[in-house]
Order: sequence, then structure tokens, then C-alpha cells
Amino acid sequence: MTTRIFVPCDTTALAMGADTVAAELAQQARSRGAQVEIIRNGSRGLFWLEPLVEVETPDGRIGFGPVEADDVAALVDAGLFEGNAQHPLALGLVEEIPFLKNQQRLTFARAGITDPVSIEDYRALDGFSGLEKALQLDGQQIVDEIKASGLRGRGGAAFPTGIKWQTVLNAPAEQKYIVCNADEGDSGTFADRMVMECDPYMLIEGMAIAGLAVDATQGYIYLRSEYPVAHRLMNQAIERAYAAGYLGDNLMGSGKRFDLEVRLGAGAYICGEETSLLESLEGKRGLVRAKPPLPAIVGLFGKPTVVNNVLSLAAVPFIMDKGGETYASYGMGRSLGTLPMQLAGNVKRGGLIELAFGATLRQLMEDFGGGTFSGRALRAVQVGGPLGAYLPESQWDTPLDYESFAAVGAVLGHGGVVMFDDTVDMGEQARFSMEFCVVESCGKCTPCRIGSTRGVEVIDRIRANDNRDANLELLADLCDTMVDGSLCAMGGMTPFPVQSVMKHFPEDLQR
Amino acid sequence: MSGLPQWTPELIQAEIDALKHKPGALLPILHAIQDKFGYVPPEAVPQIGDALQQTRAEVHGVISFYHHFRTAAPGTHTLQICRAEACQSMGSRALEAHAKASLGVDYHGTTADREITLEPVYCLGNCACAPSVRIGDDIHGRVTPEKLDRLVSRMTTRALELK
Ligand SMILES: Cc1cc2nc3c(=O)[nH]c(=O)nc-3n(C[C@H](O)[C@H](O)[C@H](O)COP(=O)(O)O)c2cc1C
Ligand code: SF4
Ligand code: FES
Repeated sequence: MTTRIFVPCDTTALAMGADTVAAELAQQARSRGAQVEIIRNGSRGLFWLEPLVEVETPDGRIGFGPVEADDVAALVDAGLFEGNAQHPLALGLVEEIPFLKNQQRLTFARAGITDPVSIEDYRALDGFSGLEKALQLDGQQIVDEIKASGLRGRGGAAFPTGIKWQTVLNAPAEQKYIVCNADEGDSGTFADRMVMECDPYMLIEGMAIAGLAVDATQGYIYLRSEYPVAHRLMNQAIERAYAAGYLGDNLMGSGKRFDLEVRLGAGAYICGEETSLLESLEGKRGLVRAKPPLPAIVGLFGKPTVVNNVLSLAAVPFIMDKGGETYASYGMGRSLGTLPMQLAGNVKRGGLIELAFGATLRQLMEDFGGGTFSGRALRAVQVGGPLGAYLPESQWDTPLDYESFAAVGAVLGHGGVVMFDDTVDMGEQARFSMEFCVVESCGKCTPCRIGSTRGVEVIDRIRANDNRDANLELLADLCDTMVDGSLCAMGGMTPFPVQSVMKHFPEDLQR
Repeated sequence: MSGLPQWTPELIQAEIDALKHKPGALLPILHAIQDKFGYVPPEAVPQIGDALQQTRAEVHGVISFYHHFRTAAPGTHTLQICRAEACQSMGSRALEAHAKASLGVDYHGTTADREITLEPVYCLGNCACAPSVRIGDDIHGRVTPEKLDRLVSRMTTRALELK
């Protein structure tokens, strides 16, 4: 009997040596004449265990990790090919690992289980049944289902997806577009990458459904060039989806059409902002457009366009398959469904944690994360990417929902959580926020383009104790000007982390 | 850049012609040229402009806007170090300093032997196993200064074998 062994192939597993582990396993199997099939699955997002090798047994999949190539021979000696659990790296049944078991995975239900580019694997786990349902409905009925789900955009601004789609549906035009924002520029976020690397057909299906909903026949995935693995896997999946009739001019034999193409960005954070992204897709510099008009009305090449984040579109197949009401039964307040949180930075157990909205930040960092990687005291947490505030301990009990975060002057954004231990110099972090804006500003408006450069200088003077009080006042004033006077959230939110440092970690601007 | 062909106007034109029909073709064309030759030669700018009916200034403006595109040949290998927050929290500032000192170059610089070009990058999506670096299309996690030295020496020995 052939034993099936899984070795993940997502960026993080590869970054931790998964390819050499897979090669070593194959080598060991050959030299011992063992009947073994090695499958490259996606990652479950238990990244501190990567590479996480899983062995299929009659009782379920047994995990070993983190496995290095040098461990393989000893693991095989200890009975890895038989699913034997007698080894320090043995983790027991993977599904029973608390980090995974205690999640509520709707979007990431398949991640890590399947070979990401296998259509058979995808279909075996409910794949394409959302699209099948959508093909029975008209556009308005699909949009109504999305509205019923309460889904809000997961890319940061949390705008209701159903309303966005309705606007595009209502806009008359001979050509409309679905654009997937896969720019994922925020530090500490990797959920979009995981969708594309671990379950790419889910995104393809979500985009095809969006196309049916608003009558758009062309989709683009705008993918950042920093993600070579996602690029390769996504293109492979698209090619296979075409061959199997899940893309192209006859979707599942319905006579309806949807074409999809990946376009690479070129290392500009601002191209995650939706209007800048559209400019970039049109082949221009990624300068932010003033709104209105909304992209839903005048979008790509001047046509009505849905611009949605990867996670928003990835939530769609579940909603269509299981119903908007089912999705909406998760969550709290106006934040419905689940949010894939990403725990990163100085954390013992980092990875992807999909939960219904409403758990607290502390639960996430302690129960799931297990504290800091360094073992030192946790001092500050940045949530929501480089434009998000740094939260001090007094705010760690904030529930993870959009409104609760806004109430403490923070943002949930795309769900990235970056932990820092007590060796962090918060003055340095404040300075970096301004520096990042200098590098990444699109340059269209003065408060952002010039203000960020002045911000770096003022913080340098504060840190050098040069006229400190006056310069602190100047910095506060500069932050206000950027918040009030910037065209988009790049300049408008860069002050958030800076202000949070001034407010919650003032001692670090005094040393 | 070893392994990559030297550009010629004809080769550049072939890349342009393969993609110019696409809507919004400029970025795909620039990517194709850089992937093929390692950079976008300034001489290609008027050629691209002609094909897309854009001015040189427009094409140049796009190339210079994006961090990814370069207009001069890089070293044999490109080493990107992540400068973003999750990596900072795990010691990337020390890693950057170590890389600059041991390679003897600043960001965007190429070592004297033309082996390695050092570049900053803002997040590789490997933030749970920070700090991260990228060499070519390979990403590495939990990179200490010692691990970086090993990666660098592997790059340079491999390059020597090629010669
Ligand atoms: C500076 C800046 C960067 C952004 N980066 C991203 C990004 O990387 N990915 C993303 O989905 N949205 C990003 N956004 C938000 C988008 O502008 C937009 O709100 C989102 O793509 C809409 O999709 P959603 O409604 O599905 O969230 C960014 C916004 C700003 C201001
Ligand atoms: S705030 Fe900054 S990034 Fe946004 S439009 Fe103005 S200059 Fe561009
Ligand atoms: S912050 Fe460095 S990989 Fe994301």
C-alpha cells in the first residue's frame, strides 16, 4: 500500500526548507524501497511548525514539525512512513492541534489539506459548488446573497461588498471588470498570499461569481511582484481552470463567459490603493485618483469595475454555496462572518488564525500565539499594517471587530498583527512610519510627499534632544496636517502609528 | 549578468511585439524586458514609446515610479532584505547593517566583483518566520547574520563554478 505524505509548498514552508525536506523524504523512500507518494499541499498556516510533514493514516493525518532535512533519516527510522508518533517532532493528529482546532475556518477550510493546483482535490471539498449555484441565479439574486452575508471588504476599509457590487450591477456599460487587489503590501499580512498559494481555485471561483453577479466578463488579479510563488501557482491554476471549463467562454457548460489574467505589480505599496492600482493596470504610474467618481462607476479603462481584496472574493464561494445567512451567523455587531487574522513578528506560534469577529487581541496573542518568540515581555503590537496604530498593553483586550478598534483609535485593516518585545525602540518605529511614507508616497499631494520627509527630520531632532518640546509640538501639528490634508489613506494614516507612539510610548521619544 | 542574454534592439522589439496588444501593456512589457535582460536598458524607452504611442517621458516616468524596475545591469544575484515591521521586530535592522558591512555596499549597490546587488524590500509575506530575505525567486526565513553569510557564500561559490 502506498503511503501518502504531505510536504507544504507555500512561501513560508519553502522559506523554511520544505523543498530539501521533500527531496530527502523521496531519497529515503527510494533507498528503503518504501511505497510512498509525496504530495505538495498548501500550508495550514501553522507557520512555527513549517515545514510540517503530514502522513496519512487510517485515523487521520499525523504531523511532524518543524522538520529539517537533517531530521528526516531519524524520523524515517522512528517509523514516519508508518505514521508512527514516537519522535520529539511528532505532533499527533494535525486536526487536533489546538491552534488549528480552535479556529473557525470558513475561507481557509481547505488550506493545507489539498494539493493547491489539483482541481480534483478542490472539487472533492465543495469546490465550484458556489459557482454552480450562481449559474442558476441572475445577477441581482447573487448580489442579494452577498448582501445577506454582511460581508465587508477585507482589504482594509471594510466597505460592504454587496453594496459595491450593486453599484457596478446598476451601472450600464458594454464592458465591466472584476479586479482582485492582491497587492497585500502590509507588513504582517500573508492571508492573501495563502489563498493564492494554498487554495487558488477559491479565488478563481469567487471572481467568476463576481463576474456573473455584475455582468463583467474580464477579471484581473493585480499581484505584487514580491510574491513569486503565488505568481507561479496562480498562473498554473488559471491555466488548468481554463482547460477544465471553469474559466473562458463557456463556464461549466452554461454559455456564460469569464476571462481571468494575473498582472504583476512592480514594488509600489501605493498600488494597493484601489485607484492607484487601476492606474497601474492601465500601464501608468500609480498615482491616486480623486474620488468621486468611484471605481464602481468609472473604473478600469473608464468602465464600471469591482475592486475587491483577495479575502473578500475568497469568501464568496462559501457564501454562495452555504448561503449568506450561514456566513452572517458568525461575528458580532456589524462585523459579520470570519476574519482571517495573521499573527507575525516576535511571536512564538505565528500563523494564520481565522476566527469569527469578536475574540480579543490578547486571546489571539496569548492563546494562539503563546507569547513572544524571544520569551521576553511583549511591549507593543501593531495591528493593520504599516498605517495602523501601535497598541500598548491597556488596549490588548479590545475585541477584534472594526468598530471596537475604531473606538480606541486603531484599525483592524487587513488583519495583520505584529508583536514586538520589550527591546523595541518605539522612537525608531515612529521614525520608520514616516520613512516608509517617504519611500512609498505616490507624490500627488504635499502633506504626504513633503510632510513625511519633514516628519523623519523632526523625529530625528526629537531623538537627538534638539529643542525637544518644541519639536514634539511641531510633530503633533504635522501629523494633524497629514491626517486632514492628504488625498488618500497613505498620507492620511501614516500619522496613526506615530501618534500612537507619542501617546502611549512617550518615554521612547525622551531617551 | 551571467546567464542572461545581452539585449539588442531586435530582442527588445520581440518582447514588445509579444505583449503590445494587451490592454495596459506597459507594465507587462517592462517586466518581460527586465526578466529577460536583468534590467530595462534606457535605449529601450523610445522603442517602447513608439509601440505604445507614448512619449519617452511617459515611459521613463513609469519606469522610475516603480521600485522594481532598474535601468542598469545588476550583479549576478539580487539579495533583497525585508525592511518592514514584522522583520524589524525580529532583528532585521541588525541584519541589514550586517549585510551592508560584510558586502561593502549600501542598498541599490552592487559588490565590486559584480556578484551581488543589495536591495531593500517591504514585506515578502513571510512575516511569521521573520526576518526574511529573497535571493532570485527563493525566500528564506529566520535569517540570522550567520545564516545570511552562509547564503552569500553559497551564492558566490555557485557563481564561481559557472565560470
Ligand atoms: C495606501 C493604501 C494601500 C492599500 N493596500 C491594499 C492592499 O494591499 N490590498 C487591498 O486589498 N487593499 C488595499 N487597500 C485598500 C484598497 O484601496 C481598497 O479599499 C480595497 O482593495 C477594496 O477591496 P475590499 O472592499 O474587498 O476590501 C489600500 C489602501 C490604501 C490607502
Ligand atoms: S496621500 Fe500620499 S499616496 Fe495618497 S494621494 Fe496623496 S501623495 Fe499620493
Ligand atoms: S515584514 Fe518581512 S516578510 Fe513581512
